[in-house]
Amino acid sequence: MSSLPVLSPHRPEAPGRLARAREELGGWRLVDLLAYGAAWAAGLMLTFIALALLAFLAIKGVSFLSLDLITSRPEPGIDQSKTGGILDPIIGTFVMITIGIAVATPLGVGSALWVVEYGKPTWLARAVESAIEVVAGMPSIVIAIFGLALVQEHLFAWFSFTGEGGAVYGRSFVNAGVAMSLIALPLVFGATREALLTVPSHMREASYALGKTQAETIRRVLLPSVRSNIGTGMALGMGRIAGDTAIVVILLGASLRLQPLESADPVTNFFRGTGSTLTSFVYNNSPAGEGNAPDKAYAAGFFLLLIVILLNFAVSAVLKRGEDGPAK
Amino acid sequence: MPTTFPPPVRRITLDRTPTVVDPSVEPIRHTPVDRAHERGDQRERMTIDDLVVKYAGKPAVKGVTLPIRDQEVLALIGPSGCGKSTLLRTLNRLTELTPGATYEGRIALDGQDVRALPVTQLRRKVSMVFQQPNPFPMSIFDNVAYAVKEQSKRAPKKSALMPKVESALRRAGLWDEVASDLDRPALRLSGGQQQRLCIARALAVEPEVMLMDEPCSALDPKSTMVIEELIRELRKSLSVVIVTHNLAQARRVGDHVAFMYLGDLVEYAPAEQLFTDPRAERTREYVSGSFG
Ligand SMILES: Nc1ncnc2c1ncn2[C@@H]1O[C@H](COP(=O)(O)OP(=O)(O)OP(=O)(O)O)[C@@H](O)[C@H]1O
Ligand SMILES: [Mg+2]
Repeated sequence: MSSLPVLSPHRPEAPGRLARAREELGGWRLVDLLAYGAAWAAGLMLTFIALALLAFLAIKGVSFLSLDLITSRPEPGIDQSKTGGILDPIIGTFVMITIGIAVATPLGVGSALWVVEYGKPTWLARAVESAIEVVAGMPSIVIAIFGLALVQEHLFAWFSFTGEGGAVYGRSFVNAGVAMSLIALPLVFGATREALLTVPSHMREASYALGKTQAETIRRVLLPSVRSNIGTGMALGMGRIAGDTAIVVILLGASLRLQPLESADPVTNFFRGTGSTLTSFVYNNSPAGEGNAPDKAYAAGFFLLLIVILLNFAVSAVLKRGEDGPAK
Repeated sequence: MPTTFPPPVRRITLDRTPTVVDPSVEPIRHTPVDRAHERGDQRERMTIDDLVVKYAGKPAVKGVTLPIRDQEVLALIGPSGCGKSTLLRTLNRLTELTPGATYEGRIALDGQDVRALPVTQLRRKVSMVFQQPNPFPMSIFDNVAYAVKEQSKRAPKKSALMPKVESALRRAGLWDEVASDLDRPALRLSGGQQQRLCIARALAVEPEVMLMDEPCSALDPKSTMVIEELIRELRKSLSVVIVTHNLAQARRVGDHVAFMYLGDLVEYAPAEQLFTDPRAERTREYVSGSFG
């Protein structure tokens, strides 16, 4: 088994290569052949599923997606034609992504730097890693209910709307955004940690050998080296935030329209208020929810998919432009 | 959801200059080593006195005493694992970064114990070039400027740094090749150019001693010749300590050569003498290629 034949399912093979591949496969044991075939089929099937999903959403969604839909606000109503657009959920999704990633990035990068570059005492570093592992494995609905219990404490009253009797509502953009950061944090942490581990130690030593301190080395040498990986982690994290529903439903509330707080502090009112995101909009308007505007749910779902895909492209484009190294 | 996943591996490709000799390129002339240096009457820049370096209690360097003279090249040779890198890395106290590493004995720079100097200051006087070319992931200019900027000072203007960056790049013989585009990412340079950039970076701190740990072993023969020529040039203004596995190289660039074996210094002699008329039997065997 010296050289594996490369069979690409998408690229048409030159007949010579195909014949050569068949010849090489001829020497394989049956189990190997079966496993090879299965792996090949699995890849093909996954590609098919992804394409089918995209096609389904595109067909269902595109026909109802219009400029009017994405620029008008949702309206209460029973008749689907009178329920307005998805502007508020779109804004909500972007606000969620922004708060979540803004909290998760410094925490994730900072803790990865600490674990890899300092990591003393060792038991504490291992504990931090395990803790993040636990957070990564936590279903977001668990994060959400735990978060809700916490922010309904009076200590956190400032962060959301307070009811008549002094009960803290607990649902707001800040609260949901901070909870969202927990689902992005392990991704940012993991990407940064892995990247730091691949930076060879002589790179750090080269900086120390110029009389630089560890802080300078981290800031000027290590962070630039792992920048693109941090970006990848952030893109993944933003995708997860944009797609999460449990935290939105539990910690942001169910009002489709943005509802800023009415307080003496107009700057923060928006963030302390409630609203919706594309995911909660889809949920509410799908046959599972109360809104019952399934066509708009498909349109919103498709739009969400577009946002996530564009986000990934945007991040990699930005990173490529500032890329110092050879194209990877 | 696992926390960790394999990130895209950063691949540093060294697009090396071809090893085929281009007839249009003027061959590098081998200037005969200036034998005046062998009189040995130069001032001692650094002295190493009965140095013992241990990793977790296990000695890797066992009582080495050596002078590093001003304006000369000291070549360290010896079989793999004999402690050459360890010795070199102790001179700028890089071994202190290795957990469990300890050292005894005295290393002095200009008569002053290196332990008495702040480590950041010592490393600017005794700078280092590594085996793998390792430019930082930033522009050519920034690589050198990073070295120039003194710690804790406010970032100076680019124009203020330019003279020093240019002079370092000139001393490393890289200026003419990169002057037109200093903002190019350093990782786009060829392997040999990258190593000269690392030398420029190490020169930018205006060191008195330059340590080089197998600086050419990742390079093609032509880049190696360019760097050897550079080392001979640098010797005029500072001391160079070079570790090499290439005996011919040690003979070409070294003024003095030290042969180490299993942590001991076996022989220290002027280069020509060590290769033609070694005193110790072990040295004779090693330089004649019988072992190592
Ligand atoms: N970080 C370390 N921890 C423990 N032991 C080490 C460490 N670095 C080196 N050693 C040991 O110290 C001895 C000397 O190593 P050193 O790297 O100085 O050898 P060298 O002469 O540079 O070898 P080479 O020519 O292969 O680079 C070896 O036995 C090595 O195993
Ligand atoms: Mg070595």
